[in-house]
Amino acid sequence: MSWEWFLPIVAAAVQAGTPIFYATVGEILMERAGILNLGVEGAMLLGALAGFWTSMVTGNPWVGLAAAAAVGSLACLLHGVVTTVALANQVVSGLALTILATGLANFLGTPLIGLPAPGFDQRPLPGLSALPILGPVLFHQDVLVYASYLLPVLVSVGLRRTRFGLRLRAAGESPTACRAAGLSVLRLRLLACLFGGALIGIGGAYLSLAFTHLWTNGMTAGRGWIAVALVIFAFWRPGRAMVGAYLFGGVMAFQLRLQAAGTTVPSSLLLMLPYLLTVAVLAASSRFRGVAGAPAALGTNPEPSE
Amino acid sequence: MALVVRKRREPLPWWGSCLIFLAAVALALGGGGAMLALQGKPALAGLSVLIGSAVGSLWAVEDCVLKAIPLFLCAVGVGLSFRMAVWNIGAEGQFALGAVGATWVALSLDHLPAAVLLPFMGLAAAVAGGLWAGVAAFLRALLGANETIVTLMLNYVGILVLEFLVFGPWKDPASFGFPMTAEFVPAAILPALPGTRIHWGLVLCGVVGVAVTLAMRSSRLGFEITVCGQNPAAARYARMPYGALMAVVLVAGGALAGLAGFVEVSAALGRLQPSIMTGYGYTAIVVAWLSGLRPLGVAGVALVLAALRVGLESLQLDFQVPAAFGGMMEGTMLLVVLAGSFFSRYQILRRPA
Repeated sequence: MSWEWFLPIVAAAVQAGTPIFYATVGEILMERAGILNLGVEGAMLLGALAGFWTSMVTGNPWVGLAAAAAVGSLACLLHGVVTTVALANQVVSGLALTILATGLANFLGTPLIGLPAPGFDQRPLPGLSALPILGPVLFHQDVLVYASYLLPVLVSVGLRRTRFGLRLRAAGESPTACRAAGLSVLRLRLLACLFGGALIGIGGAYLSLAFTHLWTNGMTAGRGWIAVALVIFAFWRPGRAMVGAYLFGGVMAFQLRLQAAGTTVPSSLLLMLPYLLTVAVLAASSRFRGVAGAPAALGTNPEPSE
Repeated sequence: MALVVRKRREPLPWWGSCLIFLAAVALALGGGGAMLALQGKPALAGLSVLIGSAVGSLWAVEDCVLKAIPLFLCAVGVGLSFRMAVWNIGAEGQFALGAVGATWVALSLDHLPAAVLLPFMGLAAAVAGGLWAGVAAFLRALLGANETIVTLMLNYVGILVLEFLVFGPWKDPASFGFPMTAEFVPAAILPALPGTRIHWGLVLCGVVGVAVTLAMRSSRLGFEITVCGQNPAAARYARMPYGALMAVVLVAGGALAGLAGFVEVSAALGRLQPSIMTGYGYTAIVVAWLSGLRPLGVAGVALVLAALRVGLESLQLDFQVPAAFGGMMEGTMLLVVLAGSFFSRYQILRRPA
């Protein structure tokens, strides 16, 4: 037996992991600036809806993608305003965002169930797709997957090597020092919500425009929460987030294959796998939380200046 | 004119919080109406159905109380951990496990009389829910795993455990393939209070409310939980057992959510089926926070949000409004109250010249 049967599963893992990857990187950006956002699940779902609806109406998935990014930004900005301007509890505000956005998306999306919309199809990259092993796994994908390969480099360099990245991290490590240096913590954190939210929205849109070309209520199915857990697994670094996201993609792809192959294992048990894996991954990586560089001011709001 | 923000020296008077809550309800209703209009449905008629069918008749009020009972139990449990700034958002899964535990007793000990069977069902539900939450407590204490994510993930798993059982081993052979257990024997059904449709779960709520209030107010445990929530550094300095207290609030919260599952499966459905999961555990988070974490407040807010659910059922029937409408309004209320809580902690003053 040849081992090539394995490649389609790995390719499927990359595809299934991509929406989680986008959302995780978005959440990393926000957490690096000190904002714990438990609204990812809701913002992602709203992004999926906005992308799908806009693509359906305009007939152009790129416009849909832009709409998803904008809506993701708006949703996370709402959380940002409630926590940085009104100084509310970040945990509860994030939960409120998830409850509100999930309700809103399912309410507005119910009439769209079963309708078609144009999306992104798989286009092998000329040249690279002919590579052995890597070609079929990495380069027989859609354009959003290709774009996501650039994310770790872009975000890491942006956070580490640019002035803005340094300031963003300062808002997450020490808001007081940040303020003493004459920077506005408020502005930096809201910008983090803007950029992070856009990525989270795109992660959602990946589900409705590329992974499937359909809208279903609650289609994120916990991926936003998995992203929140992956941020800890990734030690707040985008490169590690990629590994974690593909791991989850692998479990999801495996579970779908098994169901399609007509296994006798009850589907409710198979569906548990990603959630149990999240708990396991979180438990395994939490020991290193201290040394792994959680932003020092994560989840806290600075007192307003007099 | 320059304005400055300053920390309040005295707490906001009680009417301030009421005003914020009313503003939240008004904004949620307004937003809900706008969303109805957006979908081409009559907004005013919709809102009047929503409110009218929730408070318009004795029957409706009884419905509100019935729905408020599981909400109250879950929210008191969630509120316990919130007081300690431990974020148990897994009431939904703990509720599911509670229903499973109660069902297990109801199906396997169905020869017992009600006076023995019902307490056993309640006990099994509380233990199952408590253990489910205990997983999160264990992982947090041992490995420092974030309890927010673990409890939430266990919601998905708990619901799937319930589905696995009713689709598989516990499926009633006489159910024509529908995923449900056999009907419980009459002894396993929580009876109604005389003269009403409201069951004994209401009395259970009263007992739980009084017990939790007393424990939080006048026991060492309650004091330590409050201190750990408000000033963890001071708690550590006083050598309070943070890990053990965290386990207590999580497991107790899980047990209460489990009891809610018992009440629902026994009194409302009389058998276990997936439709028992209607999101009480998530609404309980909203209830707990809106109520300021006080049991009396929990009762009031639980009634308001139960009324919203009762009204929503009519709205669904009359105007084909999706059930997600409720989540939208709950989320709006919570966000508005959160934003409004700024005014209860800070005041805006004119800068002295």
